[in-house]
Amino acid sequence: MKTAKTIVLVLVILQAGFLGIWKLQHTIDKQRAALTEERDYVLLSSAKLLKAVSLEYAPLMADFYWTRVVQFYGNKHVRGDANLEELWPLLDITTTLDPNLIVAYRFGAIFLSQRGIKANPDYWRLYEDLGFIYYMDMKDYKKASEAFLEGSKNPKALIWMKIMAAKIAAEGESYETSFFLWNDVYTATRDPKIKENAKAHLQLLKAHEDCRQLDLLADQYAKRFGHRPKRISELVQAGMISAMPVDPLGYTYVFDDNGKAALNLNSPLLEKQLFFERFK
Amino acid sequence: MKRAGVVALNTFREAVRDRVLYNLLFFALVMMAASIIAGQISIGIEQTVIVTLGLSAISLIGLLISVFIGVGLVSKEMDKRTLYALLAKPVRRWEFLLGKFGGLVLTLAVNTAAMGLGLFLALMYAKQTLERGDATVFVAVYFIWLKLALVVALALLFSCFTTPLLAILFTAGVYIVGLYVQELRNMPMQVMSPGMTAFTKWLSYLLPNFENFNIMAMAAHSRQVPGKLIVQNTLYTAIYCAIVLTGAILVFSRRNLK
Amino acid sequence: MHAPAIETENLTKEYPHGFLNLKKKTSLEGLNMQVDEGEIFGFIGPNGAGKTTAIKLLMRLIFPTAGSARILGKPISDIEMHRDVGYLPEQPFFYDYLTAEELLDYFARIHDLTASDRKERVQQMLKKVGLETAGKIQLRKYSKGMLQRVGMAQAILHDPKVVILDEPMSGLDPVGRREVRDIILALKREGKTVMFSTHILSDAEMLCDRVGVIVGGKLRGVGAPEQLVDVKTQSMEIFFELTGQSTAPLLAKATRTGDRYRLQVPEAELYGAIEQVRAAGARILSVTPVRATLEEFFMNLVGADGAQAAAVEVSGK
Repeated sequence: MKTAKTIVLVLVILQAGFLGIWKLQHTIDKQRAALTEERDYVLLSSAKLLKAVSLEYAPLMADFYWTRVVQFYGNKHVRGDANLEELWPLLDITTTLDPNLIVAYRFGAIFLSQRGIKANPDYWRLYEDLGFIYYMDMKDYKKASEAFLEGSKNPKALIWMKIMAAKIAAEGESYETSFFLWNDVYTATRDPKIKENAKAHLQLLKAHEDCRQLDLLADQYAKRFGHRPKRISELVQAGMISAMPVDPLGYTYVFDDNGKAALNLNSPLLEKQLFFERFK
Repeated sequence: MKRAGVVALNTFREAVRDRVLYNLLFFALVMMAASIIAGQISIGIEQTVIVTLGLSAISLIGLLISVFIGVGLVSKEMDKRTLYALLAKPVRRWEFLLGKFGGLVLTLAVNTAAMGLGLFLALMYAKQTLERGDATVFVAVYFIWLKLALVVALALLFSCFTTPLLAILFTAGVYIVGLYVQELRNMPMQVMSPGMTAFTKWLSYLLPNFENFNIMAMAAHSRQVPGKLIVQNTLYTAIYCAIVLTGAILVFSRRNLK
Repeated sequence: MHAPAIETENLTKEYPHGFLNLKKKTSLEGLNMQVDEGEIFGFIGPNGAGKTTAIKLLMRLIFPTAGSARILGKPISDIEMHRDVGYLPEQPFFYDYLTAEELLDYFARIHDLTASDRKERVQQMLKKVGLETAGKIQLRKYSKGMLQRVGMAQAILHDPKVVILDEPMSGLDPVGRREVRDIILALKREGKTVMFSTHILSDAEMLCDRVGVIVGGKLRGVGAPEQLVDVKTQSMEIFFELTGQSTAPLLAKATRTGDRYRLQVPEAELYGAIEQVRAAGARILSVTPVRATLEEFFMNLVGADGAQAAAVEVSGK
């Protein structure tokens, strides 16, 4: 009896205690954020000295500094602070301590090209570099697309800057941006090949969007009838669409084996789609 | 509760007799060196040098005392069997534990206060004229003391169920992790999976956050600390110590003395 | 009806050990015993027999695996029980940064004694254990025997009704042992109950109203020392001096040291033996009973149990 009571008491104390700690920590965090202390300074800015001081643990220290880099960048980013001057010594130290920490170089490349853009806003190829780093290394499609788009605004920039932006936006699943950009390329270019390519992309984007809509309808159908539709015509029969939907080339869509809307096997667009996908 | 007080006073006496407070001499030397160095480096950062060096020394000395003596508080008594005669008297085990905790925290209070005063004197010597913000040094010292109390509680908890060496390692480990829980929470989200993010967030509130007590930079630049933060940190320490000590008492009350 | 001073019921302690603590070692097995108020009870057994385990269980330093115990009618989990109990740990060690006076004062505070009471009791106790001149010396400078005395002092500091002493005589010189014996007897005169453990049989025999013999974690017998053994088997020792040679057959059985001989004979044959010795022309120096009574009982038990015989220190001689 007595032990049961004690256990309950202890549990209550622990529960209430941690709840209190949780609340308190939030208020303390707010307090401290309000104080806007600048505590990001780098204590030791000489990488060589630091390497000497950290003995055989240099790689460990490198990891530590790398965390500081990410941390620093994250904090600044959250605060919307553009002043990233301290990042340079941090990265320098990190890569000196551990020359094989590739991720730091990649991150540094972004930082450096951003700095370069700031200093030389007219040199559009820096945007290209930034875009590629985001695209290839960081897999951050939104940022990559933005970078290419920013660069393409430069009148000297080649047309494919915009193409890259559009392509990457599509991969990042933002269809509207991609559609808009391809459309822009289509109307602006005089090169028939590029025009043809842009047209194909536009058609595919349209088809992609159509399929997405059809999938949504199929979901609704399944909710209403308890099973997924096997043919598009079932959607028409159910009165969910007025006519059989067709792709930009006039071929009706079908449901594939997985029940997802897809291009008709006879549609020439299918070949193009497979072709583009190979280069993704 | 009265008995806990008796135990606490005896623990304080032990620390004094074991010459723990001799570290003050060492601190005095550090402060003197800091003042001299500060005088020779260019004008303007004297204050920063003195305050950061002084606070770091106070914190470091305090940490060494609280980890090593904190772990020994109970384990030494069990080892040397000094505990036997005492626990056969009408003392509850939790009274003993609280007394031990209180005794070391009292020792640390005296120690830290003395060092804080020394630091302030050095600051006065270096600055000649004082401004209101200089009182932040005292707040910083108070925060260090709060932090040390929390470390002692942790050391006590660990020493209740493991060997002294492991207890020292655990305490030091929690302290170091506790310095970075803030970073844990601010980790950029895209780096981790949502599950991982939730876990680190949860962990970051469960672990003691020692960064709360760090206002060294503010003290170095004589910025004032809002009274609310002082209250919050005090409360934080009180609650956290209560949690940790509850755990320690729970373990210790069931423990068979060898 | 008076409740017994100390009463245990099936008190058992098992220690887990070995890989993953899967094995169990039983260091005390189903102890049932009673110590009546006002008696001196001796707890005897070889080292590692479970005496200390039993005492530590009573003092709540360790917790029983099974069973229960009461002191002065209160269950031992009741903290109030400790007010009326004094305890001397085995090989006591105290805060060595304190002086004896400070240590006793500290314990007196724990017992809630008032300031004036404390001062008086502390001096009284120091005098009682013969440390009145050493009261202001730090305990780190104390010898083992002095620490034992301090331990005695703290055990009886608060005038307890029951005093439990774990090996109170160990580590003491003959004078010290005698003093401890005197203290125990004085406690009995004051009407206190004393329970002490020892592996030295002569001490127990000399002091105890009753003894309990514990071997291998089990209580093997309880009773008055003389009840436990057959008095008739007691033997006598003749100590004599003999210059020159003699061919008396009895002399062959004696142990010889220079010109002096020691001869042990059963009590019934004493007079015949004395005559033979005298006939051989020896000068008899002393005739003493060999107080090996309890010892024999003990040896029999331990012998039956086998291996532990070596651990027994048979007497304080």
